[in-house]
Order: sequence, then structure tokens, then C-alpha cells
Amino acid sequence: MAQVDYQELKKGGFMKQVQKSRFSLRLRIVGGQIQADQLQKVSEIAQKYGHGYIHMTSRQGIEIPFIKLEDINAVKEELSKVGLQPGACGPRVRTVTACQGEAICPSGLIDTTAFARELDSKYFALDLPHKFKFGITGCLNNCLKAEENDLGIKGGMKPVWQEEQCSFCGLCAAVCPTKAVAVKKNEKILRFHEKDCIYCGKCVKSCPAEAWQGQSGFLVYFGGMFGNRIATGQQLIPIIFPKDNLLKVIDTTLEFFKKHGNQGERFRNTLDRVGWELLQKELEVI
Amino acid sequence: MGANKADAFVDITDVKCPVTFVKAKVAIEELEDGQLLEIRMNDGEPVQNVPRSLKDEGHKVLNVDNNGDGTYAVLVEKGGLE
Repeated sequence: MAQVDYQELKKGGFMKQVQKSRFSLRLRIVGGQIQADQLQKVSEIAQKYGHGYIHMTSRQGIEIPFIKLEDINAVKEELSKVGLQPGACGPRVRTVTACQGEAICPSGLIDTTAFARELDSKYFALDLPHKFKFGITGCLNNCLKAEENDLGIKGGMKPVWQEEQCSFCGLCAAVCPTKAVAVKKNEKILRFHEKDCIYCGKCVKSCPAEAWQGQSGFLVYFGGMFGNRIATGQQLIPIIFPKDNLLKVIDTTLEFFKKHGNQGERFRNTLDRVGWELLQKELEVI
Repeated sequence: MGANKADAFVDITDVKCPVTFVKAKVAIEELEDGQLLEIRMNDGEPVQNVPRSLKDEGHKVLNVDNNGDGTYAVLVEKGGLE
């Protein structure tokens, strides 16, 4: 029987099962989306090589359990026919998760799906000291739970008020969740306390007079994890625009983790050990 | 209800999302373009979402009054953004 390199198999998305010589095959899914023809192929593989079912993972992934060791190459070949590949396990960049974002969701402020694809193509399976999870959520509703990830991204919108357009209807004051806007209708006065603004974009989205204009940006959270230790990601820097700056922040963060992280140490634990201000200093110069 | 010239009134505080918007939409469909509907809605999720959805459908919010009881009176012009 051929020598089995379990580490190599795991790297390639084949998760060892309790059952001897059976593997749960994890797929490379990006932003929680899969084409209909790909899904059909997954179904075929599960019936032909697995036990006729698939498992949906907690991070938008798909696994096909009960793949036999001897079928691994055949399954990989079947997957490649529809442009699918095994996913990543072990100490590297994992599935990039995303909500549907502005392309579909009325609340969305950024194109999460396109950005998930971009991050996946740049960083997928990049070797790091420990697993590293990216999650992208389109707005402050946070359906995708950005702070659970080693690096979480949340769409935000920095609003700007233009007096000449304003009808002083008072809607922005009603929708603002932090009461950062106050309108005195009779006096035609609007006060915006920017320090209370959480960049949710609700004023911009609802304004009937286009008096609120907004610039979409990115809120970034560092060091989240929800495994043996539970810690929510922390925002270290103000809202970021444009996207190129976000990519610089991500590159800097990954380089930082490579440089300072001990093998087998989650990013959060690295930050706690070497000091958050060390990363903050590197990010602030971007 | 404020002193306004609404042609019709609907109270959506007795229903929950997504029926809030459906009830408002049904009420506004009864009107002609340019006519005004006053909608009483709850603070929080309804006021954050229903006026935005009305905007997406081309209706214009003209005025919002806080009723002081956890509800708002929202005055909307049918087709006012088209």
C-alpha cells in the first residue's frame, strides 16, 4: 500500500475521519458561493464516492465525507472538471467568508463577494504560523460576524451632509442608531456629532433628498477567534479608504504575523504576547 | 398625527418585518402619484428600513415626527422621487 502523507493530505483539504482510511474532503469555497453546475458535481461525487450526503461547515464551506484513500485522485479530477478544488486545512489562510454584500443586500455598503474573491486569489492557503481566517461583512448589521475572524472586514460609510440639498424632514435623526444626528425642523438646523457616528450609512441610504452623501470604507478587526479561547477582534485603526489601503493593511498584518508569530500560535495570542501597539505602529504609517 | 395634509393613513405598528413594508406598500398603492400617505411605525428596525425601502420604490419622505411614544409619523409622497 502506498505511503500516506497525512500532513500533505490535510494541507490539500482531506480531513482524516474517525473511520480508517476515510477522509472528509473540504472544498475551496469563496464568499459562500458556488455555481449551480459545481454544486451538481459535488452532489454526484457525494453519491459516487461518499455516503450520499454533504456537510455544510460553520464557515460557509462544503465537505464531502467518507472519501476513500484510493479515490482521492479520481475525486480531485472530477472536481477540476467544474473548476473546483480541495480547500485548505492546517496552519495557513483558510476559506474567505463573506455575506452577499451590496451586490444583493439593500443594507450592503461594500462589494463583499468581489473582495472575497480578491483575497482568496491573493492569499488562499498561504502558510502562516497558525490557521488564519478572513471574514467580510457588508455593513454594521454584521451578519458575517467580522470580529470572529483573525482579520475581519466590515463595510462602513462615512457620511457627509450637504445643507443646500436638505429638506429637514428629520428622517436621518430617526434612523441614526447612535443619535449622532439631531434636526430642528422649524429652525432648519441639523447637528451632526461625527464622534458618535458608527459609519452604518443608514442616514445616506434613507435620505430622500440626497443631502447625505457617503464614502464607502472598511472597518478592520484584528485577532478574533472562537475556538478553545474566545476573543473578539479589535479595531486598531480608523475606517480605511480606498481599497488599496486596505490591501496594504492586510499585507502588513500577514507579514507581522509571519515575523512575530510562533509556530502553532494563533494571531490573537501573538498580539497579546508581543504587544498590540507593535502592530498598531506598523499600521498607522500606512 | 401631526398637522399635515395626508390623503391617507396607515398604522404598521401592529405588524412585524417583513409585513411592515408590505402593509405600507399596499396602502401607498391605493393612492395616485403626488398624494400623501402618513405611516405610523415603530422606532428601531421599522423606521430604519421601511422609509429606505419606500425610497428604493421611488416614494419621497417629506416629514418625520417623533410621536414620543416609541413611534414615528412618517409622511410620504407617492412617486415623489420619480
